[in-house]
Amino acid sequence: MPDLLIELFSEEIPARMQARAAEDLKKLVTDGLVGAGLTYASAGAFATPRRLALHLEGLTPESRATREERKGPSTSAPEQAVQGFLRSTGLTLEQLEIRDDKKGQVYFAVFDKPGRKASEIIAEVLETTIRSFPWPKSMRWGTGALKWVRPLHSILCILSDEAGAQVVPLTIDGIAAGDTTRGHRFLSKGSIKVTGFDDYAAKLKRAHVILDAAERANHIWHDATNMAFAQGLELVEDTALLAEVAGLVEWPVVLMGAIGADFLSLPPEVLQTSMREHQKFFSVKNTKSGRIEKFVTVANTETADHGATILAGNQKVLSARLSDAKFFWENDLRTVKSIGLEGMAKPLEQVTFHNKLGSQAERIKRIEALAREIAPLVGAKPDLAAEAARVAKADLTSQMVGEFPELQGVMGKYYAEAAGHDDGVPQACAEHYSPLGPSDAVPTHPVSVAVALADKIDTLTGFWAIDEKPTGSKDPFALRRAALGVIRLVLENGTRLQIGSISLKPIWANRAAMFKAGAFPEDAVPDLSNKEIEQRCAIVLANDLLAFLHDRLKVYLRDRGIRHDVIDACIAMEGNDDLTLLVKRAEALSETLKTDDGNNLLQGFKRANNILTQAEDKDGVEYSFGADVKFAETDQEKSLFAALDAAEAKITPAMKSEDFAAAMSAMAALRAPLDAFFDAVQVNTDNQILRRNRLNLLSRIRTLCLSTADLTKIEG
Amino acid sequence: MTDAPKSFQEIILRLQSYWAGQGCAVLQPYDMEVGAGTFHPATTLRSLGSTPWAAAYVQPSRRPTDGRYGENPNRLQHYYQYQVLIKPSPPDLQDLYLGSLKAIGIDASLHDIRFVEDDWESPTLGAWGLGWEVWCDGMEVSQFTYFQQVGGHDCAPVSGELTYGLERLAMYVLGVDHVMDMPFNDPAAPIPLSYGDIFRQTEEEYSRWNFDVADTDTLLQHFRDAETECQRILAQPAEDPKTGKRIVMAHPAYDQCIKASHLFNLLDARGVISVTERQAYIGRVRALAKQCADAFVQTAAGGWAA
Repeated sequence: MPDLLIELFSEEIPARMQARAAEDLKKLVTDGLVGAGLTYASAGAFATPRRLALHLEGLTPESRATREERKGPSTSAPEQAVQGFLRSTGLTLEQLEIRDDKKGQVYFAVFDKPGRKASEIIAEVLETTIRSFPWPKSMRWGTGALKWVRPLHSILCILSDEAGAQVVPLTIDGIAAGDTTRGHRFLSKGSIKVTGFDDYAAKLKRAHVILDAAERANHIWHDATNMAFAQGLELVEDTALLAEVAGLVEWPVVLMGAIGADFLSLPPEVLQTSMREHQKFFSVKNTKSGRIEKFVTVANTETADHGATILAGNQKVLSARLSDAKFFWENDLRTVKSIGLEGMAKPLEQVTFHNKLGSQAERIKRIEALAREIAPLVGAKPDLAAEAARVAKADLTSQMVGEFPELQGVMGKYYAEAAGHDDGVPQACAEHYSPLGPSDAVPTHPVSVAVALADKIDTLTGFWAIDEKPTGSKDPFALRRAALGVIRLVLENGTRLQIGSISLKPIWANRAAMFKAGAFPEDAVPDLSNKEIEQRCAIVLANDLLAFLHDRLKVYLRDRGIRHDVIDACIAMEGNDDLTLLVKRAEALSETLKTDDGNNLLQGFKRANNILTQAEDKDGVEYSFGADVKFAETDQEKSLFAALDAAEAKITPAMKSEDFAAAMSAMAALRAPLDAFFDAVQVNTDNQILRRNRLNLLSRIRTLCLSTADLTKIEG
Repeated sequence: MTDAPKSFQEIILRLQSYWAGQGCAVLQPYDMEVGAGTFHPATTLRSLGSTPWAAAYVQPSRRPTDGRYGENPNRLQHYYQYQVLIKPSPPDLQDLYLGSLKAIGIDASLHDIRFVEDDWESPTLGAWGLGWEVWCDGMEVSQFTYFQQVGGHDCAPVSGELTYGLERLAMYVLGVDHVMDMPFNDPAAPIPLSYGDIFRQTEEEYSRWNFDVADTDTLLQHFRDAETECQRILAQPAEDPKTGKRIVMAHPAYDQCIKASHLFNLLDARGVISVTERQAYIGRVRALAKQCADAFVQTAAGGWAA
């Protein structure tokens, strides 16, 4: 069984595209070969800055011969039918076979497709692959029409077995496949002839190319951590950067250098961001002080001076960059010390947040009002929450954030400290954007929680007011993320917040902003002075927003093992805009339904509910009152009365104190007496007095059960 | 290996002689204010059509918003770019480029030279291409681009464009930390001149004018005039009534496009263009560039044949 080796050698492939391209090459070629009737044992794909490579082991040397048959008309069929069959098969009468059939003799067309050589198939598949390769962006070069990510220089394509290697003949736009490649751009000269994959990988390594990206990344990580460790320092982990850097070099050489003493006073986030974004440097931390003191850069070459010139050059570039950063840092500090963060925030009056919702400054005013209102609910002082909201976005106008947008919030914290804010305000500046995703940490400091909630609720209510809700995969304003942020902030802090009522004011405020921005169509300009209509409009929007939050909550809880019908049963209850309460109820119900008693009680409840509903439909009355133990005939009936009294005595106070677990376990305890009742007693008896009494008894059960959650929504 | 260059001008001279040696026509700078070497008609217009082309030149460039009164070590409102354009792009363009680095004293056996993804796009020229920024020891020293579209036209054949930021590159080669300290001529010359001797004062003067003094009403009027004139030129019939010859005036029209582009940059530096207006202005310049490109391909140099 031969092995196949393909290498597509080009000018430098963008690092971010390499891994995907290697996978695409593997998929397109193997799919093509298998589709044409070849099989293979294993496949491996590789990428470096200058090459994509694919290695297939155990390829079948040729595709299997196939035979296709088509049954035609009977030999006694009219001439027209026979001619039609000949036309459709493209054969002559002599080429048809005549076979015996149940109804006599019939014509058969037989097509024999001989097996094809692997090399023929590979040439076709590789050409198609190259011509239709799914690069995110591709280009033409020179006078050619071929498209590739950057100019394609050579194609290596060989089939090898014990007998030796053979080039698969193929030519694409003047590039003929061969059995040679090239090594490192600077550390290797001339072309390299290869006979198979092992030979290829080994010769490349000698020519200063590590073929496997994972091996390059491991090498970088290993050398860099060792180098840091040797000086008692620690490399700051950054897997995305590691992957990117491994895509920028064929022969990684790790170099460590010092950050100029002038710059060590810069916040570590600034050092790290500047080094990573501009220079693709790793940060090296002093574990004792937590400061970033050194950097690691990865060169693509070995030099006679062991990288001294390269390191010096990199250090110089870094100094220039950090001089800029230091300049911004010092300017910003001067600004906040002279005019404060609120002064720094002033230019936000000129920055549009959304053309229908006014400026950033106007938005900050709304967030401030809302943060003040939320503060007492999360244990923060209203004045502090308002202060934090006023200044939390001031850093958007700072020079540092202008240069490094990803430092928003973090810089706000430093500038807030410099401006003399304390009591959690600086922290709130840093944390109020959080959480940014499902795994991002949730702020717990009360001031941060108040501002973070206000920020997100304002965003949601604002975009709800202008009817820019997410649809399908489109969510340009990241409103699902904002909703998840609200959910996580509330739940993980155990916050008791009635989102329905709390969102009314911000909806109102956002509609006022729309009014000011002239964002209403002419025939729909609202009369904001009409409080009653405006209130009704806000309630409609708030309910719609709450339904959206409930949907996001279902997704969030599904990942935590709570079924959607359980949540629906709880959403149907009063107080469903208090998400903490809602989830507490859902968790208790979910646990209860997992127990034997709980599950059986549910069946009992459903049976009771069915009997009762049918009787009510038939009789046209509601059985809701008057069950009396004196009409109880059997012991089981009496026991159920007693059990209900006992359960009610537990459930009512438990519900009052929101102890859903206790309430539901008391409810589940009804299972045995209820089962016994159904076994022994016929509800719909001829004695109308007894029947009415029993229906009223079931009604007590229904009322009691439904007071914990809407069990009718539970499936199964 | 030749000696290391001693001055800014020596680096320019070496690039000139290197690219002349590779067969490029060494052109002179275009005599108008432009934002980058790409604006020179030897690049923008000549990258269009099928006629082969190879040119290299220094282009003084102006970016009014980058003025820092001559104080910033790296930023200037007036600076030089070295520009090479070869059509069709030769298969060994990367090697030719590396040869030019060697010529100015950057030896690949001692330095770390890297081609890092950087796609080029000029919204004002309606142009884009794919390529890299070239890093030398972590510093960007050139832009390397394969033009795919210019003025909305597909480039066929494709031109290869190299742009060297001369001051930054020279500062690195010469080991200078502040651009104004860089020797312009030979430091051993009877009258040694630094970059600052020549440009510190003008940086100051232009920074003040660009940021605070330039009359915005006049600039706006000039912008409209250039736009109108460009369109008026292009609206003329191809046949010249006086000579009876076919004379499509792509270059005079393109001059007006260059003017409009620079006036827009000046207005931007004066801070009178809002975020929303910005896009509209860029769109107006792009429309002119596109019409000039349309006209150029109607000329002999643009590949038009009667």
